[in-house]
Amino acid sequence: MSRRILLLLLVPVLAACQREEREYRANPIASETRETVALTALSPGGNEPVVATSGKGRDYENNAYHLSQGKRLFQWFNCSGCHAPGGGGDIGPPLIDDKWIYGASIEQIVQTIREGRPNGMPSFRGRVPDDQIWQLAAYVRSMSGNVPSDAAPTRADHMHPGPSESRRPVSPPIAGGDVPPGGQAPQ
Amino acid sequence: MAGRVLLAAGALLALSGCAGWQNMLDTASADSSHVAWLTILFTILLVVIWAAVMVAVFVARRGRPGRELHDPLTIDPGFDRRTGYVVGSLVAATLVVVLVLTGLSYAGQRRLFGPREEAVTIRVTGHQWWWEVRYESQDSSRSFTTANEIHIPVGQPVNFKLNSSDVIHSFWVPSLTGKLDAITGRENQLRVTAERPGVYRGQCAEFCGLQHAHMGILVVAESQEEFERWRDGQIAQARQPEDDERRQGLAAFAAGPCAMCHTIRGTNAGGKIAPDLTHVGSRRYLAAGALPMSRGNLAAWIVDPHSIKPGVNMPTIKLSPDELNAISAYLESLK
Ligand code: HEC
Ligand code: HEC
Ligand SMILES: [Cu+2]
Repeated sequence: MSRRILLLLLVPVLAACQREEREYRANPIASETRETVALTALSPGGNEPVVATSGKGRDYENNAYHLSQGKRLFQWFNCSGCHAPGGGGDIGPPLIDDKWIYGASIEQIVQTIREGRPNGMPSFRGRVPDDQIWQLAAYVRSMSGNVPSDAAPTRADHMHPGPSESRRPVSPPIAGGDVPPGGQAPQ
Repeated sequence: MAGRVLLAAGALLALSGCAGWQNMLDTASADSSHVAWLTILFTILLVVIWAAVMVAVFVARRGRPGRELHDPLTIDPGFDRRTGYVVGSLVAATLVVVLVLTGLSYAGQRRLFGPREEAVTIRVTGHQWWWEVRYESQDSSRSFTTANEIHIPVGQPVNFKLNSSDVIHSFWVPSLTGKLDAITGRENQLRVTAERPGVYRGQCAEFCGLQHAHMGILVVAESQEEFERWRDGQIAQARQPEDDERRQGLAAFAAGPCAMCHTIRGTNAGGKIAPDLTHVGSRRYLAAGALPMSRGNLAAWIVDPHSIKPGVNMPTIKLSPDELNAISAYLESLK
């Protein structure tokens, strides 16, 4: 009897496997995903802007493999060079705080990375495969505690200031933010 | 019973597989000879001891017919003395064996890791799942980086400085040296002198993730002149593409994601996180021993690295057939 209960108790464990699911070969390979996003909450006539997202973002945010790959790529593609290794901000704005100039949803961050932004954020279109852009964007969300903590990275390969991404307090996003030092310098 | 005998015979057959390019008993350096010699000595000595113990156990179990068991309550000083001698001498013999074997291993270690002159210094950095190889030289214009294939001059002491960029790996070329771990933030040194020319295969010997089994390394020991010729070739920048197809290949390579990760010296591609491809066409194998080098295999690798090494840190990249053709042709020509 107690054995059966034990077995039953084990069933929910299977549900946890999703956070570890790994999809090595992105599908469809490297073609750009289409998400309809708006950069503002305003739209004429008092309506909400037209937004349509596929939900793909959730698969990335809830998945430990994608998040830790994103963490690795953040160093590899030198995002850390402008946003500081921990994301605390340098030439580029901090990514660990709650202020977002160009939006905090994963679709908006994908857009930021893909298109670039006028005050000094380069466009990575064609230089980074789409799948990796999603991994990066999911990781950027984890820096401010906006992904499930059981999926967020818990360790770093190198010295790491502050608590790991899995132990960051959640910072609910606030639209707006400060123009980064890169944007203030004469261009 | 017969099945077991057959199995044992089969295991013996497996020993005959012990020839080839990755074999610690087929030694090509003084260092690995020490190790092989120790291995053989240990094996023989320990087998002898094991056999002696087994025989003793058998004899004791069968006992002698007609002999009564010793009654523990009677006092028999003769029996006690004899038992004392036997136990005492067995303990002494064990101590001697352990001390001698420890001493021999220690002497071997001293020889392997003691200070020595070196002619060539090579920094080897383990990555998931390939080896970065940097030849260091006082003259920085003669330092260069390559990957997965190391050339060394025969008869010259070579110093490997081992390090890792992510998790712990272990550098092991059985015919030349014992294993030594490559650890982040730490430099381990390994000195090797190859005694005869040859191509020796090595393997990462510390589990490091999905593709650990496909993390091979090749050491090519050759004469001093051949080595110098190879080194001069590697120091040079990549050769310029000579025809339109290869020019197009270089352009596609430099414009696409490839250049974010790979370096080709002498072009705009300067990524630092993946194997240096400046002379990739001169290597015997691709992707740490996963495929033999050829134009077809280059194309196969680029089109879908994850079917060859699932989970590898090179993404699947969308390329048009023309681009793929041109890039493979260009990379193959980088001798
Ligand atoms: C050359 C420096 C540079 C590099 C490299 C760089 N960024 Fe930026 N990034 C910036 C600057 C500057 C801004 C601010 C742009 C603006 O305000 O118009 C920015 C903005 C952003 C934003 C928007 C922040 C907000 O508040 O909306 C995100 C997200 C971001 N970067 C992520 C990344 C990622 C991920 C990478 C690596 C793939 C990266 N950046 C690489 C300089 C850089
Ligand atoms: C995100 C980084 C990244 C990108 C982008 C990338 N590669 Fe790689 N590449 C790697 C890594 C990492 C390896 C080593 C794989 C291994 O053996 O484990 C590799 C290995 C290779 C090898 C085998 C090298 C050797 O020494 O055996 C070739 C050839 C190659 N890549 C070509 C390309 C081409 C062509 C492109 C562009 C279409 C490209 N790579 C894009 C990371 C990348
Ligand atoms: Cu390994």
